[in-house]
Amino acid sequence: MDSFHIADLFGSIAQIWNEWLGGFLATEWVNIVNKAVGALLVTAVPVVIVVFTILGERKIIGRFQDRLGPNRVGPFGIFQTIPDVVKLLTKEIITPAHVDKLLYNIAPLLSVSSVILIWAVMPFAKNIIGVDLDVGALYFVAVSSFGTLAILLAGWSSNNKYALVAAFRVVAQLVSYEVPMVLALLVPVMLAGTLKMNGIVEAQAGEVWYVVLAPVSMLIFFISSTAEVGRSPFDLLEADSEIVAGYNIEYSGMKFAMFFLGEWIHAFTICGLTATLFLGGWHGPFVDQVPLLGPIYFLIKMFVVYFIHIWIRTTMPRIRIDHLLDLNWKFLVPLSLVNLIVMMFVIKLVGDSVAKTSVLLISNVLMFVGTFMILGEVGRQARQREESMRQAEPVTAGVQG
Amino acid sequence: MIYAVFVLFVLMILGGGIGVVTSRNIIRAAAALILSLFGVAGLYVLLEAGFMAAVQILVYIGAIAILIIFTVMMTQRATDPTRLMFNTQWQWSLAVAVVFLLLLVYTLNLVWPFTTSAETVASTGDVTFELGRALMDPEGFVLPFEVASILLLGAMVGALAVARERHDDEEE
Repeated sequence: MDSFHIADLFGSIAQIWNEWLGGFLATEWVNIVNKAVGALLVTAVPVVIVVFTILGERKIIGRFQDRLGPNRVGPFGIFQTIPDVVKLLTKEIITPAHVDKLLYNIAPLLSVSSVILIWAVMPFAKNIIGVDLDVGALYFVAVSSFGTLAILLAGWSSNNKYALVAAFRVVAQLVSYEVPMVLALLVPVMLAGTLKMNGIVEAQAGEVWYVVLAPVSMLIFFISSTAEVGRSPFDLLEADSEIVAGYNIEYSGMKFAMFFLGEWIHAFTICGLTATLFLGGWHGPFVDQVPLLGPIYFLIKMFVVYFIHIWIRTTMPRIRIDHLLDLNWKFLVPLSLVNLIVMMFVIKLVGDSVAKTSVLLISNVLMFVGTFMILGEVGRQARQREESMRQAEPVTAGVQG
Repeated sequence: MIYAVFVLFVLMILGGGIGVVTSRNIIRAAAALILSLFGVAGLYVLLEAGFMAAVQILVYIGAIAILIIFTVMMTQRATDPTRLMFNTQWQWSLAVAVVFLLLLVYTLNLVWPFTTSAETVASTGDVTFELGRALMDPEGFVLPFEVASILLLGAMVGALAVARERHDDEEE
C-alpha cells in the first residue's frame, strides 16, 4: 500500500478501501459490499450536486434579472439551501381527501428515482462510472420514460382539473420530444459504434469531439432534452399563470419538493449527458497521466452547458402549446430524420479516412444552411399570407414574391 | 441470490397481472400492468439481454403512459367503482382464452421436459452488437425486419390518413 498518489486520488482511495475491506471479508463479500457502496454513491452524487446548483441557479438567475439573488444566509448567501431544505422537511404533508392514495404517494418517488437512475451510467472518469452498460445510451432513454409516467400519475391521482390538464400536456410534450431526442442520440452512437457511455467518450478521445462532427445533432439533443426537463421555455407542465401550478398542485411539503428535486437534478443531468455525448465527457489534456483531472473536466463541461441552459431558461418566455407541438413535429422531427440519414450515408461513405472530420463538418454546415433557407422561405410565405389577408385580397395563383 | 431476484420479478409479474384483472379502478389497472411489464424487463436482465430489457421499458412504459391518457379521455367516469368495468362478452373471451391455453400447452409440449442447464450460444461478448448484426445481415433476419418495418410504416400512414382533417375546399 505504497501507492497513494494525489494524481489518481479516487483510484488510490478505492485501492486502500479494497485492501482494508479484504483484510477481514471474503472476496465475494467484498464485491457485494462494494456494489452496495457504489449504488449509494451513485445516488448521493446528484443529490449533493443539486444542493450547489440550486444556489448557483438562483444566484445566476438573480443576476440575469438585475437583482442579487439569495444573499442573507452566510457569506454571499451560500448556505441558503440548508434552511430551505429544513423548512421543506418540517412542513406538514397534507394529503387531500379524494386522491388515489397509492398512486399519489408513488408519483414523487418515481419522479426523483427516474432521474437518479440515469446517473448509474454517467461516466465521471475512465474508471468512475456506476455500471458501463452495453446499452448505456438506450438505458438512459428507457429510464427517462419513468419520469413521464410519474408526472402523469401525479396529475391524474391528484383529482384536480388543473393537474389533469398538466398530465395531458405531459403526453403532448414529453412523449413527443422523446422522438427527436432519441434520433439525435443515435448519431454519436453511430459515430462511436457503441451504446456504451464510456465507449462514446473514448471514441471522442481518439478523434475529435462530436460537437465538431455532429453539431446539428447536439443542438437537437439539447433543445429536446430541455423540453424533457420541462423548464422554460418548455415549462407548460407547471405553467403557474395558466393552470395554477400544474401536476404538483395538490402536493405539499417534502412530496412537493421531491418533484422539484427531480426537476433540478434532471436539469444538470441532461447537461452532463450533452457533455458526455458531444463534448468528450471526462476527456481532456493530460487526463491519461493525471486521472484526477477526469471528473474535474467532466464537471467543468457539465456546468458550462448548464450555464447555457440557465441562460435560455431565464431569457425565453413560455412557448404556446400549439407552437410547442409545431416546433417538435414540423421542425425537430423532420430535421433529425434528415440529419440521421445524411450522417448515416456520410459515415458509411467516408469510413475512417482522414477527410472524415472535414466531410462531416461540411455536411453539418450544409444542413444548417439548408434548414435556415427553408425556415426563411416558410417565414416569408407566412408573412406574405398574412399581408394578403390584411389587404383582404385573394392571392392570385402563380405570383411569386 | 439470483433465485431471490428471480422470485421477486416473478412476484412482480404475477402480482401486477392479478392487479390488472381485479382492479376496479382502470388507472390502477394500467399501473399494475406497468408493474407486470417491468417485471418482464427484470427477467430479460436476468437472461443477460440488456438490450431487450431497455427496449421493454422504453416501449411498454412509454406506450402505457399514452394508454392511460386515452383511458381517461375515452371512458366515462373512469374511476367510478359502481360502474361495471367489464363488458358482457365473457363467452367469447373464455373461448379465446381456452384456445390460447391449448396453444401454450402444445408449444410447451414440444420442448418438454425442460432442462435447467443453459445452452451457451457462441458470442463475441457484445450481445447488442450481435443482435444488430443478425437483424441487418442478409444471411440473418433482414427480410423479416424490413417486412415488419414496411408493415409499421403502412399502419402509421393509414392512421394518419384516417385521422386527417378534411376540408371542404380540398380537392382530391
